[in-house]
Amino acid sequence: MSARYGMVIDLDRCTGCGACMMACAAENNVPPVPRATPRTGLTPMLVRKVSNGGEGVDRREVFIPIMCMHCERETPCVGVCPQQAVEVDKATGIVMQMPQRCLGCRYCMTACPYHARYFNWWDPQWPAGMEKALNPGVAVRMRGVVEKCNLCHARLHSATQKAAATGKREINPADYVPACVEACPTAAIRFGNLADKHDPLSLEVRSPDTFRFLTRLGTEPKVYYKSKEAWVRALAESNSGSGVETKRG
Amino acid sequence: MARTPLVFGLGLAVALLVGWVAFPRVLYVQRHQPLEFRHKTHAEKSGIVQCSECHAFRDDGTFAGIPSIAICTACHSERIGTTNAEATLVENYIKPGQETPWLVYARQPANVWFPHAVHVQRAALECRECHSPYGESDEVRIYQLNRVSGYSRDIWGPSISRLRRAPHEGMKMSDCEDCHRRRNVEVGCIGCHQ
Repeated sequence: MSARYGMVIDLDRCTGCGACMMACAAENNVPPVPRATPRTGLTPMLVRKVSNGGEGVDRREVFIPIMCMHCERETPCVGVCPQQAVEVDKATGIVMQMPQRCLGCRYCMTACPYHARYFNWWDPQWPAGMEKALNPGVAVRMRGVVEKCNLCHARLHSATQKAAATGKREINPADYVPACVEACPTAAIRFGNLADKHDPLSLEVRSPDTFRFLTRLGTEPKVYYKSKEAWVRALAESNSGSGVETKRG
Repeated sequence: MARTPLVFGLGLAVALLVGWVAFPRVLYVQRHQPLEFRHKTHAEKSGIVQCSECHAFRDDGTFAGIPSIAICTACHSERIGTTNAEATLVENYIKPGQETPWLVYARQPANVWFPHAVHVQRAALECRECHSPYGESDEVRIYQLNRVSGYSRDIWGPSISRLRRAPHEGMKMSDCEDCHRRRNVEVGCIGCHQ
């Protein structure tokens, strides 16, 4: 049975600590880019801060971790890629970016409605000694290619390998948990298989507090958000970027 | 004008000769393995039957590949032969506890994820289907390094033209795809790339 991996990010629980960003960078060999601005950095997971625009006691703020939404239908980045470097994996639903095939045209970055794709403006460089801590399960990307969240595919690989060693085809769900989910101190990010009706995540996405961004585009993102605050849920279809500030670039 | 076909023929012959004969010689540089090693002798003298006895899987399903020096030490803690290779093995690698710097014929690029567990333990492929019956050979092959790509010649395969290629010759992505197509196993990019 093919899986449909997805997430629910509970915004009421997110404290904006940025642990997910750090865990993501460490897991996926994302190099530090000291020269980067918020526009040129590499942040497959990015915590944004959004306010309701109020002043004084009326002011409300929320942190929104933004990553690849792994759009299920009409996936915008797939259609525009001239290199067939992006595909929606049939077996897992993961939108997979193949940096080695990418020619760096950045059409996908333009097409992505969530701004969840990043361009490598510089060759990766690690502070001395840090290259020893690289994850051997993830290939390092070169300058001139686009990258994004591949839903910690190295962890999926490890889980697949472990299952295969015992002759099994299905992985143990406990073996495949993305780094951001694991690192979140408040358990705001939940991960699961949306194709499995008994998965707690499948039940959670049906909650009235759960929403997705820009559903009117019809791309069926598999990353859901959750909040009890009406003004936060109203952000889902908001076009305006006003009130948005990036926590880290 | 009568000389035109002659000149064309001669030019074609020279081009083909350069392409098929000279180019591979320039493209590949030959490297010798650090030690003489005979799979056949090891199988005969120590009674090793399965490849996995030395080329083992770890508990988490990862493949250890070339055995560590600890496995060699189990038998070769002292010299048990008179050859130079035996002396080199014991003095240079076993006594200082140094791993032998073998050149790996089947080393894939960094973005390739090849799970041995999926192919060998789940799909029950024989080692020889990709690695040839090398385990029965009586010599270490010369390692041929591609100057341009930095990969072993085993990735492209011994034949430059790749015509009449045996199934175990070549480990390019198209070879993986051919095998998957033959066995009707569909895998996306994420299935083999990391």
